[in-house]
Amino acid sequence: MKILICIKQVPGTTQVDIDEKTGVLKRSAAAAKMNPYDLFAIETALQIQEKYGAETTALTMGPAYSEAVLREAFSMGIDHGVLLTDRIFGGADCLATSYALSQAVRFLGMPDLIVCGKQTTDGDTAQVGAELAEALDLPQATNVLEIIDLSEKAIVVKSDLGNFTQTVEICLPCLITVEKDIYEPRLPSYKRKISTKDKPIQILTFADMPDQDKNHYGLNGSPTRVVRVFPPAHEKENEVIQGSPDEIAELLFQKLTRLKVI
Amino acid sequence: EEVISAANKAEWQGITVYGEICPDKTVHPVAYELLGKARELADKVGCKVCLLLIGNHLNQNLEDFFHYGADTIFLYDHPILEDFQVERYAGIMEDYVAKQKPSVILIGGTPSGRSLAPRIAARLKTGLTADCTQLDMQPNSDLDQIRPAFGGNIMAHIRTPYHRPQFATVRYKIFSAMEPDLSRKGDLIFCALPEKLQCRSRQLEIGIKPKIKNIEDMDILVVAGRGIKKKEDLALLRRLSERLGGDLACTRPLIEAGWMDARKQIGLSGRTVKPKLLIACGISGSVQFAAGIKASEMIISINTDPDAAINQIANIAVIGDLYSVIPALLEKLG
Ligand SMILES: Cc1cc2nc3c(=O)[nH]c(=O)nc-3n(C[C@H](O)[C@H](O)[C@@H](O)COP(=O)(O)OP(=O)(O)OC[C@H]3O[C@@H](n4cnc5c(N)ncnc54)[C@H](O)[C@@H]3O)c2cc1C
Ligand SMILES: Cc1cc2nc3c(=O)[nH]c(=O)nc-3n(C[C@H](O)[C@H](O)[C@H](O)COP(=O)(O)OP(=O)(O)OC[C@H]3O[C@@H](n4cnc5c(N)ncnc54)[C@H](O)[C@@H]3O)c2cc1C
Repeated sequence: MKILICIKQVPGTTQVDIDEKTGVLKRSAAAAKMNPYDLFAIETALQIQEKYGAETTALTMGPAYSEAVLREAFSMGIDHGVLLTDRIFGGADCLATSYALSQAVRFLGMPDLIVCGKQTTDGDTAQVGAELAEALDLPQATNVLEIIDLSEKAIVVKSDLGNFTQTVEICLPCLITVEKDIYEPRLPSYKRKISTKDKPIQILTFADMPDQDKNHYGLNGSPTRVVRVFPPAHEKENEVIQGSPDEIAELLFQKLTRLKVI
Repeated sequence: EEVISAANKAEWQGITVYGEICPDKTVHPVAYELLGKARELADKVGCKVCLLLIGNHLNQNLEDFFHYGADTIFLYDHPILEDFQVERYAGIMEDYVAKQKPSVILIGGTPSGRSLAPRIAARLKTGLTADCTQLDMQPNSDLDQIRPAFGGNIMAHIRTPYHRPQFATVRYKIFSAMEPDLSRKGDLIFCALPEKLQCRSRQLEIGIKPKIKNIEDMDILVVAGRGIKKKEDLALLRRLSERLGGDLACTRPLIEAGWMDARKQIGLSGRTVKPKLLIACGISGSVQFAAGIKASEMIISINTDPDAAINQIANIAVIGDLYSVIPALLEKLG
């Protein structure tokens, strides 16, 4: 069984700065880390590997320095790492991102199972998994809470449906996106970190893509356009109440009465 | 080659709302809110609002949707659509889009909505904007979509200028349903299943999560933060929430401590709530927490720290100790 895990590098903090003049996000390599939700995807693959036997490959698309997340995956126990990187892929929305990832998968050969995180902490859309499944014509299950069974032909998973859970059997190959807390992600091992320090990473660029039409990648291949980014507005009125507990309680009592809460 | 010109946009008309049928056969209430927003946009530019329903045995109480803003309801009603299978539902939506050519499709940001929307948007090679909190429409039917990203720390204004249809998801409790207009009527259209409907999954079981009140549905919420010193002290806040007819929710550290059910967590990695009144007790007001309460109509915070960030967000910031203020308030409330 071959498992592919999609992981993304995200800014180390969600406290982002916007350049007031250009409206562009200021990103930096120094403060980057693995998308926390992707740790659960990696752990899921490792759990399956331990229980059923599997070869695991982590795939990331991003600038050259996102190699760091593949190294982190190695130190958790992932077997292989693939970095998809090219200027042409820059400025991609979810459609163009999932399309480029799908082309990398076609180049690498179809795995039995693809595991994605639930969402990222930067773009925060939770769309790439399902869009990748569509681009590869694979069946999908999103919001997976539990892996119940796995055979050569199918996987049985329990998904979150809001107030319900749905248990489905899906034919392999397929793609799943996993909820946080599906398993507790293991900590990277220092020993493995050292032993995989020089482990080669496979680098793929536009030249490796089976589809050579540049209009399908990056900004050109993105139907959505970010017109502008801006800080959220804080427009609400603000009143401060201080005093003895009794004075405060009296004022709150009056407010609640006026609000028709009591 | 897939890019659409201005002239072609005229072939794509109207706003479609996808109404999700839950496993218990109810229509997810986010559909009413999406209809309300769709009606507002449609009246602004002069177009129609359609409701798309996919499921089995749907033909009940559909008049309601006309009262809430729909002009036309399209029904794909068939036993094989009984349970949500994303491939099959995407096949239905593909058929619907090919025949009806809507300019905009709004989908509730529920787990199944967020599974279906990217699947179909990718198939049609068009744009999908996630979790919009504001929507507006240009006369040429371009949708202006505003959404938070980076955990609510920035807002992005997004358009899909060259592709149709334009897909957007919106979470529950972001928009408001319109006041029902009982005089409104509309057309009901039964649609035939498309010939080929691929599906490589099957449902084995539907589980019901133990019934707890949805904090998203509450008008009044008392919210506990790390200002609460031990689990037993939650009883104090629970008494307040019960007295006010609301529910008790919390910040993430209390979930991590195992003090409350995870479904009671508000914030970026929890629920987005929209109560009429939210009382934040011993909460600092992190951006991740604040992302989940922005739509509240009135926020009262009780915090000992005059510099806590929550005081900037709250409409009424009480500077005080919750352990003395809340008992005093409970006494007044009797
Ligand atoms: C402010 C802002 C708002 C945006 N809004 C939208 C929008 O509404 N619609 C839209 O189409 N695009 C949008 N984008 C662009 C989009 O967020 C990213 O460009 C896209 O590459 C990934 O989307 P995501 O980060 O939301 O990933 P998600 O869809 O949240 O990621 C889900 C999973 O997919 C996998 N994955 C995601 N990215 C990669 C990658 N690069 N390499 C490997 N695996 C990956 C991971 O397993 C991840 O856990 C926005 C970007 C910004 C900056
Ligand atoms: C990716 C990510 C996602 C996250 N998602 C969420 C989320 O969904 N929801 C969430 O809540 N957090 C989330 N967090 C965590 C968030 O960053 C904060 O750590 C958290 O919200 C803090 O909770 P708090 O306000 O209860 O605790 P604290 O920040 O510890 O604040 C406690 C407050 O109580 C006050 N206080 C103390 N004693 C008293 C007293 N006797 N009376 C009155 N006031 C008192 C203090 O002055 C202080 O302001 C997330 C973090 C990350 C990184």
